[in-house]
Amino acid sequence: MSGRAFVFGDNIDTDVLAPGKYMKAPVEELARHCMEAIAPDFAQTVRAGDVVVAGRNFGMGSSREQAAQALKILGVSAVVAKSFGGIFLRNALNLGLPVMVCPTTEQIRQDDRVAVDLVGGRVINETTATTLAGEPLPGFLLDMLADGGLVPHLEKRLAAKRETSG
Amino acid sequence: MGMTLAEKIIAKAAGRPKVAPGEIVTCKVDLAMIHDSGGPRRVKPILDRLDVGVWDPSKVVLITDHYVPATDDESRNIQAIARSFAAAQRIANFYDQQGICHVVLPERGHLRPGMFAVGGDSHSPTGGAFGAYMFGVGATEMAGVLATGEIWLRVPETILIDWTGKLGAGVSSKDMMLLLCAKLGMDGGRYQAVQYAGDAVRALPMQERMTLANMAAELGGQAGLIEADSITKDFLRAAGADVEDDESWRGDADATMSEHHVFDATALEPQVAAPHSPANAAPVSSHTGTRVDVAYIGACTGAKLEDLRMAASVLRGRKAARGVELLVAPASLRDQEIARREGTLDVILQAGGRLLANACGICAGYGDERFGENVTAISSTARNFKGRMGAATSNVYLGSPYTVAASAVEGRIADPRAHI
Repeated sequence: MSGRAFVFGDNIDTDVLAPGKYMKAPVEELARHCMEAIAPDFAQTVRAGDVVVAGRNFGMGSSREQAAQALKILGVSAVVAKSFGGIFLRNALNLGLPVMVCPTTEQIRQDDRVAVDLVGGRVINETTATTLAGEPLPGFLLDMLADGGLVPHLEKRLAAKRETSG
Repeated sequence: MGMTLAEKIIAKAAGRPKVAPGEIVTCKVDLAMIHDSGGPRRVKPILDRLDVGVWDPSKVVLITDHYVPATDDESRNIQAIARSFAAAQRIANFYDQQGICHVVLPERGHLRPGMFAVGGDSHSPTGGAFGAYMFGVGATEMAGVLATGEIWLRVPETILIDWTGKLGAGVSSKDMMLLLCAKLGMDGGRYQAVQYAGDAVRALPMQERMTLANMAAELGGQAGLIEADSITKDFLRAAGADVEDDESWRGDADATMSEHHVFDATALEPQVAAPHSPANAAPVSSHTGTRVDVAYIGACTGAKLEDLRMAASVLRGRKAARGVELLVAPASLRDQEIARREGTLDVILQAGGRLLANACGICAGYGDERFGENVTAISSTARNFKGRMGAATSNVYLGSPYTVAASAVEGRIADPRAHI
């Protein structure tokens, strides 16, 4: 499955992804303001399955996981960047939002059709018919993503534990 | 081959004799700190769904600081959730509106060298100033920690930053960090452990060291570390912590550092970071003369007792320039009361300072106090991202408490060394 690429630069911060002004509002409302300070149309135009493509240090800044959650609510299917803010990366995976490091994201243009192969660790640009190498995630994180994130993953683990002990 | 301080703490927490960078390990958490924003209101629904409580309430510290003061129904509701969570989960270490979590946590004696700790806030590396390994996580990850008492991590490399020499008058740890943001970039820390060392670091009082560890976040490090010494232990013992006299929480001399940077504190000038990134830092002379509307002394980074003292040393007997709003939000109630007793607070208020709550305030940008359209501010806080502290058209410059105070007096960004 592929989606339309929304391309951003380096150091996209969590205040841009999840503006503080809306942090006490329900996250669905906050999501409508995602990226507002730098790309006012993003939240209105992004569609389910689309892919966010960025440069270095995507999601730097705050630990607020609404930054990743907002993208997920907007339907973003994956974020591909040259590098990520460490906390954002963990938050995204915990919330079941696929993320992948790809050192050559500058080769993807706005509106290209791209597909992200998490297991194979590559990004397929259908528009240019090229494949970019990415860094595959460790197996235990792929498993967590496959479960839908940390909470369903823990639910499964705790249920298994209760069964063996009970 | 020996181990770094980070490796030693992680090895202990992972129950292994040795760990090496790159390995993925699961660690037992010694302490989990949560606040009102990413804490109870976000973790409670997850714990309810998992049908579990907090794994060990004695290891959890809850501090309200983000939606303080609660000036609307949403904020009051968030605070009410925090209070009922503390009661239901029997969290005795609950500090309600006592100040900012990163400052309150050590001030109340909860940290010790060698601890493996997580905090539900990105400035959690502050705890590393005490020789603990502490890092920030989001709410879902924190819920996982509260449910299981464990967290995974990739053992970090250690990036050593050596500060030789001695800081000059009117120059502070904030200037050290702004310079590092400019030199290494906001991803220079590569989510590894950033360790500070050298004569200039050892000479710093505890709260100045906290600023170094705190802003490891702005370098993109997972943690910021300083080896404990007598200054650390004296601070923690005065705070009521039970600190042993063992020297085991130091890195081995033959441990491998992945990077080693050396900077000269003697030559360091006051730094100012232009909008909208701490990495836009340059010597203050590049910005002197820029008019400011607001001078803000606030946050865990820039309004601890030591920060208030720096500001007061410039403001003593002076007034903020006409048209400049001087705002001060002491980082903790206890620091504010000490500042009041010793006269530091009065100096700032006499200069025209308006006192704000002991909370994250404008730095978090969650409350009513935010910078308006086209406002230019100079701030002692850590981050000046676009739109964070106010309108997207506001411009925030970052500087030390000395520089913020000097700029308040002149009404323009000013070199504090002329005022000391």
